Amino acid sequence: MKTLFERSVPGRHCTVLPACDVPVLKPSETREKALRLPELSETDISRHYTSLAKQTFGVNDGFYPLGSCTMKYNPKVNEKAAQLEGFTDVHPLQDAQGSLELLKTAEKYLCEITGMDEMTFQPAAGAHGELTGLMLIKRYHELNGHTLRNKIIVPDSAHGTNPASSAMCGFTVVNIPSAPDGCVDLEKLREAAGEDTAGLMLTNPNTLGIFDKNIKAITDIVHEAGGLCYYDGANLNAVMGIARPGDMGFDCVHLNLHKSFSTPHGGGGPGSGPVGCKSFLADYLPGEKVVEENGVYRWQSRGENSIGCVRGFHGNFLVVVKAFAYLTTLGKQGVPEVAKNAVLNANYIKHLLEGTWQVARPGICMHEFVLTLEELKKETGVSAMDVAKALQDYGIHPPTMYFPLNVHEALMIEPTETESKETLEEAAAAFMDIWKTIQENPESLHDTPHHSYIKRPDEVTAARHPVLRDPLND
Amino acid sequence: MGSYIPSTDLQRQEMLEEAGFSCFEDLYRDVPEELKLNHELDLPDGKSELETYSVLKKLAHKNKVYSSVFRGAGAYRHYIPSIVTSVVNKEEFVTAYTPYQAEISQGVLQSIFEYQTMICELTGMDVSNASVYDGAVAAAEAVSMCRSPKKKKVYVSQGVHPDTMKVIHTYSWAASDEIIELPLHEGLTDPQDIKDSDVSCIVIQQPNFYGVIEDVRALVSAAHEKGITVILSMNPIAMASLPTPAEYGADIAVGEGQPLGMPLSYGGPYLGFMAATSKLMRKLPGRIVGRTVDSEGNTAYVLTLQAREQHIRREKASSNICSNEALCALTASVYLSAMGPDGLKEVASQCYSKAHYLAAKLEEAGLKRRYAADFFHEFVTDCDDPQKLVEKLAEKDILAGLPVEGGILWCATEMNTKEEMDALVREVLK
Repeated sequence: MKTLFERSVPGRHCTVLPACDVPVLKPSETREKALRLPELSETDISRHYTSLAKQTFGVNDGFYPLGSCTMKYNPKVNEKAAQLEGFTDVHPLQDAQGSLELLKTAEKYLCEITGMDEMTFQPAAGAHGELTGLMLIKRYHELNGHTLRNKIIVPDSAHGTNPASSAMCGFTVVNIPSAPDGCVDLEKLREAAGEDTAGLMLTNPNTLGIFDKNIKAITDIVHEAGGLCYYDGANLNAVMGIARPGDMGFDCVHLNLHKSFSTPHGGGGPGSGPVGCKSFLADYLPGEKVVEENGVYRWQSRGENSIGCVRGFHGNFLVVVKAFAYLTTLGKQGVPEVAKNAVLNANYIKHLLEGTWQVARPGICMHEFVLTLEELKKETGVSAMDVAKALQDYGIHPPTMYFPLNVHEALMIEPTETESKETLEEAAAAFMDIWKTIQENPESLHDTPHHSYIKRPDEVTAARHPVLRDPLND
Repeated sequence: MGSYIPSTDLQRQEMLEEAGFSCFEDLYRDVPEELKLNHELDLPDGKSELETYSVLKKLAHKNKVYSSVFRGAGAYRHYIPSIVTSVVNKEEFVTAYTPYQAEISQGVLQSIFEYQTMICELTGMDVSNASVYDGAVAAAEAVSMCRSPKKKKVYVSQGVHPDTMKVIHTYSWAASDEIIELPLHEGLTDPQDIKDSDVSCIVIQQPNFYGVIEDVRALVSAAHEKGITVILSMNPIAMASLPTPAEYGADIAVGEGQPLGMPLSYGGPYLGFMAATSKLMRKLPGRIVGRTVDSEGNTAYVLTLQAREQHIRREKASSNICSNEALCALTASVYLSAMGPDGLKEVASQCYSKAHYLAAKLEEAGLKRRYAADFFHEFVTDCDDPQKLVEKLAEKDILAGLPVEGGILWCATEMNTKEEMDALVREVLK
């Protein structure tokens, strides 16, 4: 499809602004390079993006069981609320009682759900929240004179952002292997934890979709060694309203509002990754905190021990508005209801696939589970990638591929609670249909998808000879 | 109470039974009893859509929306063409995930590729990433790009936005860099303060926080003489009028993309843009989209250079960034397409002209401009009692400039009519 630049016609334009009503002046030194932006009519722009939208698969287009990403439906009232002028047309440096009240109330709700005492909304995404949480741990050890504590323990099943965030924070990463059942190997953890341990990063349920029942023992081991425990909230959807990270022994946590709390992912952001912590870490949180006195809200400094700021102003405010609208709808009954049905949906589709497809770890799963196609690949040559691509032809977004790293030929399936019984059954039928094709004609799967806008792209050439911008006939 | 769960009670029961469970509690067998929440969450009761919307509407009404805004300080009110809002509300763009699956994500991938092209055109730089969280983080991530074991020092001009300064301090503290702040003299960063050569990079802002147009060329040449990489944080609207970061000689251009079609939104979501010379391409953090071909030779777009990223490199990645601000990048692309080259230049020209008109009028009204150097669309005036003036203007539905150090930082954009500015000046005189 033509790019915006290829559609451009010199002299074409939209009429947006009136003529200047004051004398026109110019700075003494000006830009020399021609400003080559596309020249388009509003019709051109509208049709261009409508075409692009048709080549984009969103949650509204179909089932999106992308494991670990919690691609639930994004309710429209949340979007409508976030478009209210009273939220969009408010300057970050003006008094905004409504915004402050909303932030304070959202903090209260989310602290209640996580079992934390205070929260910051500055982090703009999950990985940003991780970095912030690790900074709290760094600050804690720094202020307590624990100069040797520079290692973060991360299980091998963790998301890549965990080690990357640790490294950005100046920590050394200690990867520990998981036990055969996918849970933390307590012996390995005991060996790793010691005088140099700054902390542990963990999701629970883990990336295999298993609730680690030793969780209290795990956090105890780390605490006894003098480290702190960080909860990666990526998988909170399975347990919110059922069990709380704070009660499991975690000291700080980040949430992905764009996962469990239904805010849309936007094709890769904006998200929001608020970080909550127990009161002994609260002074280290970034940004100012909202305080209320006699019904009047204001920002207040957290004092000199704060880590500072991790983003400008107050974070992705409108994303918090959407999550707040969602929590308002859910209420105290809805939050655990969501978790239970997310777990039910995962177990139901797992049940429909099991027997034919191999589940990496049998037994009850939480909100997601992982298939392993290792055997299948050995027998038929069909890979996790082939199956993922084949699902596209059924109008299903592929599951997460090749993750977690401790499962070979992995497909990670997370249906979420917003999918109906029928959708799950249709998806299972698609899987079974693909299974049949694998038995009959495995070769045909190597060039799937057959019905998408493009065939499989050449990623090697893309990386070796990068073309990262439209050349504009240069 | 709503929860957006489509399955009926009967269906749920069927599913439970078929999967081998007798009740919901069975699903949580692995969760130790003592860890289960033993009380109802302390949240209000769930609500219908009608009630939820009215709760949110009430909160929104508690925020004052001013009809005249003369405040900038890092968040700027510009006109947002209707097509921008229309495009970025398309459900496909709003609800898609990061485009890992290229075959069904060509739309979002192409839109990012076009965004990268526009950022390159705007900044004059060779290569752009797909965005980071905001302008302050973009500056801090750029500092990380320059990190080397031998050079642990970083120069940061005090002309950068205070939040940018704070974020750089926080990121640098975590990575054990040493920040050396360069003071302003008469509102300007002084090239003579660039003395050391064991410094990895310098961060400069154009126009700076006080609106002043810095002598960036002089700063760049002083920095390059010492082997220091230059990070220029620049207002994207100003790039249509002032020399580009590339023309100034910057190695990395970053900035806050909010003026490109994003509403003020009490501070976010905003857009951090980052562009660099080709030499630094593989050090850029975050997503980058590249053009390639598919197995049949058709043009295709993919996420590329992923060997830099956390999901491949883990602790050795160039950054931890995963979700960025894709929808905001799309917003900027649609905005730039709607404005076109002439439209964007007009926005820049009106910003500059109106700010100068306002500065002259306020000076006549007794508010003297603090710095002699030229400015873009913001400027500081002295003021005996800034807080009092701000409150007086608020009563007239005017959001005044931001009180700063015994003065006021004013801003004018294409949104401020002559009539509005004259009314402001009359109020100041009262």
